Amino acid sequence: MRPFFFLREALRALRRNAAPSLAAFATILITALVLGVFIPVVRAATAKTNEVRNKIELEVFINDDATRAEVRELGNMISEIRHVESIDYISKAQALRILRQRLGEKSSITEDLPGNPLPRSYRIKLDDPQNVDVVKSGLQPTAANGEPRYISPAIQEIKDREDDTEKILSATSTIKILLASLAGLLVLASVLLVANTIRLSIFARRREVEVMRLVGATNWFIRWPFVIEGLLVGFVAGLVAVALLWLAKVTVVDPWSDRFALIAAPETVEFGLLVVVLLAAATAVSALGSGITLRRFLRV
Amino acid sequence: MAAIDETLDLAGTARGTRGRPAVELRDATVVYPGGNVGLDGVSVAIERGEFTFLVGPTGCGKSTFIRLLLREIEPSRGQVFIAGRDIGALPRRKIPKLRRNIGVVFQDYKLLPNRTVYDNVAYSLQVIGESRSTIKSKVPQILRMVGLSTKLNAYPDELSGGEQQRVSLARAFVNQPPLLLADEPTGNLDPETSLGIMQLIYRINRAGTTVIVATHDSEMVDRMRRRVIEMNEGRVVRDQMGGGYRA
Repeated sequence: MRPFFFLREALRALRRNAAPSLAAFATILITALVLGVFIPVVRAATAKTNEVRNKIELEVFINDDATRAEVRELGNMISEIRHVESIDYISKAQALRILRQRLGEKSSITEDLPGNPLPRSYRIKLDDPQNVDVVKSGLQPTAANGEPRYISPAIQEIKDREDDTEKILSATSTIKILLASLAGLLVLASVLLVANTIRLSIFARRREVEVMRLVGATNWFIRWPFVIEGLLVGFVAGLVAVALLWLAKVTVVDPWSDRFALIAAPETVEFGLLVVVLLAAATAVSALGSGITLRRFLRV
Repeated sequence: MAAIDETLDLAGTARGTRGRPAVELRDATVVYPGGNVGLDGVSVAIERGEFTFLVGPTGCGKSTFIRLLLREIEPSRGQVFIAGRDIGALPRRKIPKLRRNIGVVFQDYKLLPNRTVYDNVAYSLQVIGESRSTIKSKVPQILRMVGLSTKLNAYPDELSGGEQQRVSLARAFVNQPPLLLADEPTGNLDPETSLGIMQLIYRINRAGTTVIVATHDSEMVDRMRRRVIEMNEGRVVRDQMGGGYRA
């Protein structure tokens, strides 16, 4: 293989016959732009969904007559259960404050209470909301007689806001499935679109390929310039798309980011990574597409 | 010479192929998909250095004959030999090498539209991996021979039909293939220009190349008095040395 010869051939084709390559260029550019916008949005939405799911927690209420030592020991026991990520101790005073906050304007009714009837509690954060049942049975294992028993007499009750948990879990997984299928469809459409454009641009030059075969060029001798041309077109299209995305990021997204919850989400894709992915995908799809499509016209 | 591959001994130097015809068809039959018969049991041998006209009405099988020799198509039955070698037995990857040993000229010239005259001719040398210096000396030389030394940097669409056909001839002959095939080379040209093209082909033949010309040009055939193979409906109906367009 003579790389410089093939590179010159590719450049010649681009210079002398730019129209078909231009169509491929435009298609790849637009596809890369759409993906460049869509990928961060999906990532941000997924991150937000995960954030919501992570709000799922268990609350263990403590008997008022439990001693401080018992409460501390219960805390240690809970921490040791698998899938427990962290625990928070809520004192009676804190519980009352939380309740007042929640009641808002109507918080005055708590002033009529004789003392503080709210129990102390532990709030348990899970490593994954799916494991809620595992942790629950860790707190309340089945004893020898088949009856479930709390691991400590200090426990008065365990609550997991079952309704909320169910709802959050099903809603978030629906969102995740929707996003995933949307992303899949978009990628599929992109690949088909790019493949079709490349096919058209090569079809426009099939007579050229025929002549090359007739003067005895081997398949790879014909193919390399096309592959290199595809490589160049894909790379430049990817580069332009990235430049446009960067412009949009600097002028629109960054100044406004505090207004959009999604964009401000902690886990959007890093711009650098996005750039690399888009460039690599554009280049590879374009080069491979050209090489593979050509095969049809290379059959003897 | 780099152009000649050892597997295709058209020059007849290797043992075993010496004395075999340049081109030989044995009972070659071509049936196109759809049932059209291109060639119907054609057996013919063309000796090295011969100049042969292939004549007959449109659709008689002339082009099929040419395409068979290039192995663009394969016979449904029978065999095709070039320099004593059954080209049907050539593996697919050897086909480009076969074609490098055959110069071809078509009615529609088949030049590469995005290349200059110089680059079109150079391409068939680049294909066989000739060095740049060889290309630089050979291409202007052959273009001088066909009378186009002033048009090196023109593109095909800036040339007349006759000029394009001369570029095509230059490309076909630049690596001096032992066999030259021409399919209606003067089909699109006026009589005077045709004469110039045919004279070039004749010159190439005199230099030792076996030439097969498929043509409708009765005037040319009658004037040159060479071997004439007349075909009709895929069969050879006449094979005459020094013949005219009609028997």
